[in-house]
Amino acid sequence: MFAFEVLFPSILNGLTTGAVYALVALGLTLIYGVLHIINFAHGAALMMALYGVYFLKQRLGLDPYLALPPMVAAMFVLGYGLQRVVINRASHGKDENILLVTLGLAIVLENLALLAFKSDTRTIETPYTLATVAIGPATLALPKLVAFGGALAACAVLLWTVRRTDLGRAIRAVAREKQGARLVGIDVDHVYAMSFGIGLACLGAAACFLLPAYYVNPQVGNGFVLVAFTIVVLGGMGSFAGALLGGLLVGVVESLGGLWLGESLGQIGIFLIFIAVLLLRPQGLFGARA
Amino acid sequence: MKMPSLRRDLLHIAAFTAAVALVGVFARSGVVLNFTMMALYACLMAQAWNLLGGYGGQFSFGHALFFGTGAYVQAIAQLGAGLNPWLALPLAVLAAAAAGLGVGALSFRWGLKGSYFALVTLAFAEVARILALSVDFTGGGVGLMVPLRTGAAHLQFAGRGGYVLLMLGLVVLALLATCWLRHSRFGARLQAVRDNEDAARAVGVDPLRVKLGAIGLSAGFMGAAGAFYVQVFQYIDPAIAYGPHTSVEALVAAIVGGLGTLWGPVLGALALHLLADLTRNLFGQLPGINMVIYGAVLILIVMFAPRGVMGLGQSARALWERRRG
Repeated sequence: MFAFEVLFPSILNGLTTGAVYALVALGLTLIYGVLHIINFAHGAALMMALYGVYFLKQRLGLDPYLALPPMVAAMFVLGYGLQRVVINRASHGKDENILLVTLGLAIVLENLALLAFKSDTRTIETPYTLATVAIGPATLALPKLVAFGGALAACAVLLWTVRRTDLGRAIRAVAREKQGARLVGIDVDHVYAMSFGIGLACLGAAACFLLPAYYVNPQVGNGFVLVAFTIVVLGGMGSFAGALLGGLLVGVVESLGGLWLGESLGQIGIFLIFIAVLLLRPQGLFGARA
Repeated sequence: MKMPSLRRDLLHIAAFTAAVALVGVFARSGVVLNFTMMALYACLMAQAWNLLGGYGGQFSFGHALFFGTGAYVQAIAQLGAGLNPWLALPLAVLAAAAAGLGVGALSFRWGLKGSYFALVTLAFAEVARILALSVDFTGGGVGLMVPLRTGAAHLQFAGRGGYVLLMLGLVVLALLATCWLRHSRFGARLQAVRDNEDAARAVGVDPLRVKLGAIGLSAGFMGAAGAFYVQVFQYIDPAIAYGPHTSVEALVAAIVGGLGTLWGPVLGALALHLLADLTRNLFGQLPGINMVIYGAVLILIVMFAPRGVMGLGQSARALWERRRG
């Protein structure tokens, strides 16, 4: 088929792309794991974070990596507010409603961006945008390598938060048994909003790692929505390690698909995996059978 | 709740048909005819979605798959096989229904419900979009142009009036299908599965068969909308055919109007269309403004009127009585 010299860089490239996918999916899997809702606005929120990073760089000259703290904070606040003000009130306790409201949010955000920023595709330039690192026969983009490290770090932080902190214990309690958690004095609405906030904060981080080597336009989130859902489903809903592994796997599948089938048809592999996993193993490749 | 009466439903449909037909035959204003045509087109998609989403309780986010299949079959049958558009139309409807049955057989067989069904239908539509971009007979990203041959024999009309009547015919068929769901044994089974699948199974209903029937019916009407699109605009490409906006328009109009009702989707499509037209007149041709409205109305309806416009009246009455009592 293909020689090592072609396959190795392709797989490595897929792994680094997959790390960014994993970063996007980590937030989604947290939101699913705790709230048991499917957040359709995840892609639109990522789009907003990307515009945030873009304007911080263009207007204030802030380097994307230095934009990490303010972006994470801003996205957290946005997520907390959205959950408390819109999603929680709209749900009436029904999953379908949350699905519809987050879909509505996605449509509104995406088209407001279209009104405000036109459909132009924008990129930024940093001193390291085009920098590369050689690993064996492969040449890797430096920003992608940084993103790889960032995804691992974010995954570790999330795991630590959920396993070791009081908030994490509250999150696990609410995810397991909502009524019981309420009875022992946990503020369930607050935990919901915190989870949604943390979920979107991951997108703030993802945007900072993405933009040095990526672009932003109003539709950019669409490309990530189904990919992120694929990863969440693949990894087992609510599992961070699963999301990381799933992300890497999807990145490699896309990269190899592009190599064998060409750029446009290559993406089809992701959706076929998604459909197959949903149909055959909805608890996820790495999830326990429910 | 009162049982809907078959006679009353049929009477309403007849009145609706007569009123819209009058517009189609006698209206001379291009603006009025164009508005009527596009509103009916939105009604058809909303009613198609309602058949599965409203009466079957299955929320598809990928109805664009059926729309696009209908559109491409309509275009390819004329271009490739030289078929008369009148003959292509039933083919398009059948192909869309077959696509519906295919998706249904795969997802219902494995018990996919709720959010999972929504996601998997979305993924199917995406697969179709990518395939349409990559294969030859769809014209790839360039799309397909259908030749302009004006004349009723070619299902293309010089004025909008003809299209209004064609569209009206399709909408009336969809209304009759909805009417059938409300009053037939099949419809009763479908609504039983929607309300409680286990209970329905316990009384001998086969949920898979019932849901398959509903998705086939729903997809067929969506395919008719796709074929109509090709006849009016003479052009189709993968983004128009399989892009998510078509799925969204269909489901938002149905939900805003009121799910599982005969006139809800009609009202919803009409209301959203009026709203989009009004804002377009106020703010000019801004890209995306109509979709902002779609999204905002969807959020507001789910937040404050979960049973849609049709349910608003009932809610208001209930509130009034609670205040007094």
